[in-house]
Amino acid sequence: MITVTVNGEKRKVQREAVVADLLVELGIGDRRIAVERNREIVNREKYAQTPLEEGDVFEIIEFVGGGF
Amino acid sequence: MTEDGKLTIAGRSFRSRLMVGTGKYKDNQTMVAAHQASGAEVVTVAVRRVDLDRKSADAMLNFIDTKNFFILPNTAGCYSVDEAVRTARLAREAGLSEWIKLEVIGDEKTLLPDTEGLIQATKQLVAEGFKVLPYTNDDLIVARKLEQAGAVAVMPLASPIGSGMGILNPINIRFIKEAVKLPVIVDAGVGTASDAAAAMELGVDGILMNTGIASARDPVAMARAMKLAVEAGRLAFLAGRMPKKEYAAASSPTTGKIE
Repeated sequence: MITVTVNGEKRKVQREAVVADLLVELGIGDRRIAVERNREIVNREKYAQTPLEEGDVFEIIEFVGGGF
Repeated sequence: MTEDGKLTIAGRSFRSRLMVGTGKYKDNQTMVAAHQASGAEVVTVAVRRVDLDRKSADAMLNFIDTKNFFILPNTAGCYSVDEAVRTARLAREAGLSEWIKLEVIGDEKTLLPDTEGLIQATKQLVAEGFKVLPYTNDDLIVARKLEQAGAVAVMPLASPIGSGMGILNPINIRFIKEAVKLPVIVDAGVGTASDAAAAMELGVDGILMNTGIASARDPVAMARAMKLAVEAGRLAFLAGRMPKKEYAAASSPTTGKIE
């Protein structure tokens, strides 16, 4: 297992996992989201091909209510 | 008879000159009903970390019909160029469009924009292919710099976000409209219908509001009031108001009165 940070919280994930696996594990694979890994956008076409690495910092966002 | 045309921003046209937000509503049902009553076609949304405890079905976006509404993500809550740029990139990656309502806030209490950061972020995002609509103050020079930086509209505030104080500096808003070629959308501080009408009477192209509707006692009724106010103000502007006079000018004949 390796440790990555997702939205400010540390998580243990499988060593061979890819971003797509992480989204499924988080239960958000069907939502309109965007992923930033170590301050770079991960293109959605690459979710299945981007392996997670020890110490990765993810920000996963969605659209929420907010006028300003 | 004088008639209004469409609001066109970055090659996209809208019939409604009123844009609305999605924050502060009691619940999603009220939000949907208010949006409907407002006649708006553009709806702003914020970008935040996914709430991993909430079920997908509750996601706010599920309640907005993207066939009828154009979603405009914003960078609400961003206090630096870096945060705003990262947020804009994430918003674009979420896959709806390359439009972004850019906010770079300079002060927590007033939520007034950091105009220096705003201009810088606008330049950067324009270079990355975004269509940038910056939330700015009522400073003509800043508005001009935003236009030069490649923004597709300028959005001067009427008064601070959520304050409902209406237009505090109408002259400056008019100066901005006269000086830039871009669409001018008054954004922030509109509290009630007369504020919206007053803004449109200055000649601006549209209005964006959130709290004015969402925090009204009856948001659906207020949304309808705002729709009418924006239309009334626009028509009054196009109709060309009478000049103000210092003294009275009688409207009835001065001869033929009984004695």
